[in-house]
Amino acid sequence: MNMAIVTNRAKSPINVAANDEPAVQKTANPMVAFEGVSKRFAAGRTSAEVVALANIDLVVPRGSVTGIIGRSGAGKSTLIRLVNGLEKPSSGHVLVDGVDVAGLDEKSLRAVRRSIGMIFQHFNLLSSRTAFDNIALPLEIAGVDKQSIEKRVTPLLELVGLSDKRDRYPAELSGGQKQRIGIARALATEPKLLLSDEATSALDPETTRSILALLKQINRELGLTVLLITHEMEVVKTIADHVAVIDGGRIVEQGPTFDVFTGHIHETTRALLGGLAGMRLPEFLTSRISERPEAGSRTILRVVFKGENATEPMLARLGSDLGIEVNILAGAVDEIAGRPFGMLVVSLRADEVKIVEARQFLADHGLSSEVVGYVR
Amino acid sequence: MSADILALLLKATGQTLYMVAVAGLIGSLFGIPLGVFLATSGRGELFPAPWVNKVLGAVVNATRSTPFIILVVAIIPFTRLVAGTSIGTTAAIVPLTIATIPFVARLVETAIREVDPGLTEAARAMGASPIQIVFKVLLAEARPGIASALTLTIVSLIGYAAMVGAIGGGGLGDLGIRYGYQRFMPDVMAIVVLVLIVLVQLVQSAGDRLARKFDKRIRPR
Repeated sequence: MNMAIVTNRAKSPINVAANDEPAVQKTANPMVAFEGVSKRFAAGRTSAEVVALANIDLVVPRGSVTGIIGRSGAGKSTLIRLVNGLEKPSSGHVLVDGVDVAGLDEKSLRAVRRSIGMIFQHFNLLSSRTAFDNIALPLEIAGVDKQSIEKRVTPLLELVGLSDKRDRYPAELSGGQKQRIGIARALATEPKLLLSDEATSALDPETTRSILALLKQINRELGLTVLLITHEMEVVKTIADHVAVIDGGRIVEQGPTFDVFTGHIHETTRALLGGLAGMRLPEFLTSRISERPEAGSRTILRVVFKGENATEPMLARLGSDLGIEVNILAGAVDEIAGRPFGMLVVSLRADEVKIVEARQFLADHGLSSEVVGYVR
Repeated sequence: MSADILALLLKATGQTLYMVAVAGLIGSLFGIPLGVFLATSGRGELFPAPWVNKVLGAVVNATRSTPFIILVVAIIPFTRLVAGTSIGTTAAIVPLTIATIPFVARLVETAIREVDPGLTEAARAMGASPIQIVFKVLLAEARPGIASALTLTIVSLIGYAAMVGAIGGGGLGDLGIRYGYQRFMPDVMAIVVLVLIVLVQLVQSAGDRLARKFDKRIRPR
């Protein structure tokens, strides 16, 4: 179904990636840096060697919310577990706040882990402990005394809005409430980094939104760096200011979220973006589209509007300035990392020369476009 | 029923309770740590020692597959070494304990393995040491399972304790065989069986109540 798009991608010489300001300071002194990291799982009796990650270079800027998105089995889980040493890389370095965790022994690693919070898809709360005692667990492990624990846990319950559930057991809480307790627990030791392993994947859309809002709030108010992995477009789009797309154990794209999702898009990103407004062509088009122009066929163009230029009446001007007839076939406006982003699929009745001219005109005005195909 | 028989019944009940209590206590004391070790010493687990794990597992299996009555006579030299004698109620505690340890160990191992591995991972991510994980996570979360395991152990012990009459261990089972069967006193047999049923019933319901109390996984009604 995406074949036409893929083949035509190579033929699109013009691809304007607007130079957007990244929301967070660049790579200097990052919170996490992967340097040439590979992870292989040795062959078992019944399985061949598995290369989970291959030569990963990735930077998590300090103070950012960085999302790693990929399909299941892409290596996301392994990647995030390298950060707190739950997994050891086969080669390469994983620097957390400048310290190579790959080279640490278990004991030093435990100290580092206390400065890294982690939340999980299935919450991983102890069923035998109340909400309060679950949040207290990392403090008990760190050897904090009872009084200080009380002083630390109470405001955390308040932060996640569950002061009234203090003495409830996880079985008495909803999924969203459990994840809030999980977040409070992850924050108990005042970490500098929060790892989120598919934290919203088991939650309904509404609860997902509230959990994401809470994570964003924590990121903003506590200045906590957040590294999250997910297979959900929605999550990255909503809160990540940096994103890396992982596929088959490799990072295929990374950068500020807005740029990655609106610029030149890798095939995997596109597959994941299926849900993103206007990415998927409407059914009536895909059945009729062909790769080559024929006499009298119309050119199908996907035009991307981002940020500020989303408001200019560019398509109208194609008609008035260049005399090209524009027909809008599909389109949508969305928001990525808090900025507007629109996509229109239009058909133009014009010859090849005019089309090049039209795309140049759009590019001059900061709109990227690509030829999707041709219909008669 | 004569007063003599009643006195015998009381004494036998006392002996059974004594044997079950001591063997249960010592057996758990060794069996629970062994069970924890069996559940955590596989390859890539908390205390990786796959070879020790395999050897201990084999020993546990061997002990468990030996019929109890054979175990009792087979370890007589060891019993003499530990208890100073190989006959009597106290001596009977030795084979009972030896049989209890692997029994408890396997049940506890199962209870520990049922704890969600995600919890161990979460604790590791918090910087917990393996010992902390055992006490704060595994044993805490497996409490309902361990309570059920110990209940089952005590119930089985009550049954096993009936067999140690073979080495003069006394107890209810011995009374039933010698009076009820060999002396043709079916009423004694009936009473012995009745007392055993009541004992098992009491232990089982107490154990169930404990397991329920520990189990916070279900919503309280």
